[in-house]
Amino acid sequence: MTQNSASKLINGDALHRTKQDKKAGGNGFVKNHCLFQQKRHRRPAEKSHHASCTSLYKKPFVESFEETPLLVAVLTYMGYGILTIFGYLRDFLRDWKFEKCHLAREREEQKDFVPLYQDFENFYTRNLYMRIRDNWNRPICSVPGAKMDLLERVTPDYNWTFEHTGNVLKDVINMGSYNYLGFAENTGTCADAASECTVKYGVGVSSTRQEIGNLDKHEELEILVARFLGVESSMAFGMGFATNSMNIPALTGKGCLILSDELNHASLVLGARLSGSTIRVFKHNNMQSLEKLLRDAIVHGQPRTHRPWKKILILVEGIYSMEGSIVRLPEVIALKKKYKAYLYLDEAHSIGALGPRGRGVVDYFGLDPSDVDIMMGTFTKSFGAAGGYIGGKKELIDYLRLHSHSTVYATSMSPPIIQQIITSMKCIMGEDGSTLGQERLCQLSENTTYFRRRLHEMGFIIYGNNDSPVVPLMLYMPAKIGAFGREMLKRNIGTVVVGFPATPIIESRARFCVSAAHTREMLDKALNAISEVGDLLQLKYSRKNRHGNEGSDSFSFLESHQD
Amino acid sequence: MKTFINLYKHTHTHTHTHTHTHIVMSGSSTRPRLMKHAHAQSRDSVKMAAGQQWVLVEMVQAFYEAPAYHLILEGILILWIIRLLFSKTYKLQERSDLTEKEKEELIEEWQPEPLVPPVSKDHPSLNYDVVTGPPSHKIIVNGKECINFASFNFLGLLDSERVKLKALLSLKKYGVGTCGPRGFYGTFDVHLELEERLAKFMRTEEAIIYSYGFATIASAIPAYSKRGDIIFVDEAACFSIQKGLQASRSFVKHFKHNDMEDLERLLKEQEIEDQKNPRKARVIRRFIVVEGLYINTADICPLPDLVKLKYKYKVRIFLEESMSFGVLGEHGRGVTEHFGVNIDDIDLISANMENALASIGGFCCGRSFVIDHQRLSGQGYCFSASLPPMLASAAIEALNIMEEDPGIFRVLQDKCKHVHKALQGTPGLKVVGEPLAPALHLQLENSTGSRTNDLKLLRAIVDYSMDRQIALTLARYLEKEERFLPPPSIRVVVTVEQTQEEIERAAQCIREAAVKILK
Repeated sequence: MTQNSASKLINGDALHRTKQDKKAGGNGFVKNHCLFQQKRHRRPAEKSHHASCTSLYKKPFVESFEETPLLVAVLTYMGYGILTIFGYLRDFLRDWKFEKCHLAREREEQKDFVPLYQDFENFYTRNLYMRIRDNWNRPICSVPGAKMDLLERVTPDYNWTFEHTGNVLKDVINMGSYNYLGFAENTGTCADAASECTVKYGVGVSSTRQEIGNLDKHEELEILVARFLGVESSMAFGMGFATNSMNIPALTGKGCLILSDELNHASLVLGARLSGSTIRVFKHNNMQSLEKLLRDAIVHGQPRTHRPWKKILILVEGIYSMEGSIVRLPEVIALKKKYKAYLYLDEAHSIGALGPRGRGVVDYFGLDPSDVDIMMGTFTKSFGAAGGYIGGKKELIDYLRLHSHSTVYATSMSPPIIQQIITSMKCIMGEDGSTLGQERLCQLSENTTYFRRRLHEMGFIIYGNNDSPVVPLMLYMPAKIGAFGREMLKRNIGTVVVGFPATPIIESRARFCVSAAHTREMLDKALNAISEVGDLLQLKYSRKNRHGNEGSDSFSFLESHQD
Repeated sequence: MKTFINLYKHTHTHTHTHTHTHIVMSGSSTRPRLMKHAHAQSRDSVKMAAGQQWVLVEMVQAFYEAPAYHLILEGILILWIIRLLFSKTYKLQERSDLTEKEKEELIEEWQPEPLVPPVSKDHPSLNYDVVTGPPSHKIIVNGKECINFASFNFLGLLDSERVKLKALLSLKKYGVGTCGPRGFYGTFDVHLELEERLAKFMRTEEAIIYSYGFATIASAIPAYSKRGDIIFVDEAACFSIQKGLQASRSFVKHFKHNDMEDLERLLKEQEIEDQKNPRKARVIRRFIVVEGLYINTADICPLPDLVKLKYKYKVRIFLEESMSFGVLGEHGRGVTEHFGVNIDDIDLISANMENALASIGGFCCGRSFVIDHQRLSGQGYCFSASLPPMLASAAIEALNIMEEDPGIFRVLQDKCKHVHKALQGTPGLKVVGEPLAPALHLQLENSTGSRTNDLKLLRAIVDYSMDRQIALTLARYLEKEERFLPPPSIRVVVTVEQTQEEIERAAQCIREAAVKILK
């Protein structure tokens, strides 16, 4: 999976996507047997930046994945090479007791058991991750809002253990939390409502939905969510991860086919696996790849038996949290309709964060929610709560009410969490009688555009869609992962850095999540710090024409609509 | 299929026509030679040898005399015959090469099953019972106020003002959500505190918290057990264990519920298997996965025997204690304390914080060597948003209460025994479970033979009790998904808040219902 995307840019796949050159027919569908033409049909040297199906998009769909500079790629591999060599050396020294080993050891009584871990299993953790471990799990002791307080940690033994000094790093600008609409607050209507609810209900439920844990609050939430999404019915679950992993198995089974984007979240992958269906993976957001899989699946049927598939389910996410890309939903829906597949859309990051009304990626593209069979999303991010939902047709939800693993075996959602969701959702919908929700949506979109534009101008390589509040900044080299995180924290800015295995091995990155709660000053402060650290660590890799016309750049994957 | 036959016919006809042409052509070209041959046969048989020689000479002569085009043609024909003899009439691959049009037809033809099968409107479990207000000791179900004999609120901490207050303070400080997974600014100081407190409470080196009870053991098992490893698991194991086993893709062996002989038989079998291939055996991890107090059968696992087997056969034990944590043992440490087993002998203990602690989430505890691994490999830990801080604070306060007043466990255990005794002798219903179990099952003594009818009868008893202010519930299962589906039952949950009188009333009510409904 990771290898695919690692080679994605090297083999010029992004470039191919740029050059899609299908003239759309009058009714919006191309007059050909393939909705989206495959590589071999394409005229080779045509340079065009039009969207493949122009009429499917109502506004420009600009998404860029600038190619990794060759030198950087070589240096990155060398970096990992050196780390690996040193890793082996250190392991050798630890084996011979030259170096003290800080790892927890198996107890003496169980030394003759089969080892719980294979030695190589933890090589990466021991020798690479441990060097930069201080960049993760930083404990915070305040609201995870636009600014947060971090507990100061020191390590006496190179990150093997941490000690809290008791000091608090105050007012660190938070560029890491998924607080898109700024609803992570401890004051205001949401917090007040949640407090009231706590007093009335307590925090637990101690039963499942099907037994005796179905509170009036749950029902209220589900009606509201359905109304928010514009679907017939909906259902809420206690954990976003489990919403995927415990409901996909209820929807598909043996003899069904799941087509999954290669960069789908672990929960979708787990759910697909638990379902027992056949899984095929298409290239990230690549409609030719998806269409080819769909065609082949229907034409050839199941492997070996050649029976037709019972049903085909396409799994996509709204915003991909590591790439910052937005799913090409209009094309996916066109494909889904043509090939009679079902569509499962995971809006974990996009619900609330995209669209003029905050209704997620469907709203962003101005599509009809009934075209998406299963609308899934989480309450963790934009709503500042916890849990997940599934929305769709009444039959679907009725079926899930009976067959979802979650409703039968898992404790239902905590009432104050539900209250937080209800209040924040009503705020977004404007049902609280104010325009605060709408203001937050505008602020987020403004902040996103500003932040992305400035980073781009500074010469960083930024991945993803121009409208996505998830902003990955490419670091590439393993040493820079740690350095970037630490240097930013020195400047009082909390960022998330990610490396392998969450990303392809050479595409380590820092990730910023823009929030509506960020003020222009905060963003400017963060941007200045990023620029400073960028100069220090030589991160301004971009070879794009920074101020000029983007359309002239052959590396960009730019698709715009000219209506 | 249709296209395939068409193609086949097509190829076949082609070959046929070709062969036919040959025969015609060769017929005309060989005629002179055949005539000569017949002429030769009519001669005297004595001159046979000479005659044959003559024929041969004549043939060679004819060969020379024949015009070049004739020879070439015959040569080609011979080659063609050889080709026909040695080649297949059609190529196999050609059959599956569909034209675009045929593909289009297939795509047009394919009709998927509906996304979900239709659900009948009057399915018994489609409409959930609605609880108005808090699910505490007094609970309002479908508009009727009842005494709660159904929520797993064993210690009554759900109603505790102290817990609520701590949750409120936490809410005032941190807000509701964490807006991120543990790795990315989702680790709050309260999470660290809760982990430390849980480890201290259970007297283990380390604890790790999950944001969802169900996901705890379901994530923990696949973090250790991978493809090729072997898991021995009790048949009555709960659903989240079953999902964990499935996610691990390991080799799963089920032993009969609480039957140590059956487990030992499986372990011995494996030992014999190992001796056949000792090299492979050295890398196959083995685990026994059991529950402390089974939610499906309400009985306790024979832990001391399991520990003996563990060392005899070198298998690790994972123990799921959602029902026994905060219930069994003098200090509520669960089944290890109940049996006086050294907690370090258990490799991993997992429990949820949703029953006795009356919060949300779950935790695993054990030695750091084992637990720490989940911080990078537990999927439900790494990839999920962390537990809302107010719920963690509530759990900490619940732990405080448990530590301050260990007498509460004594009270609960006495109540459990009381309920168990009071329910004995209910006509037509049998009590399933240990006297110490806080969540008992009432099963039909004589099944009607159909699960649906059994459920209907039990549901009638539940409704009868609900009308008389005793809230009970059916134990719910996914009938098609459970590996060993437990028989239908009514769940009776004991909490410390239930008074003697209420217990008597409930038992009386159930007895009446049973008499009335089961006759």
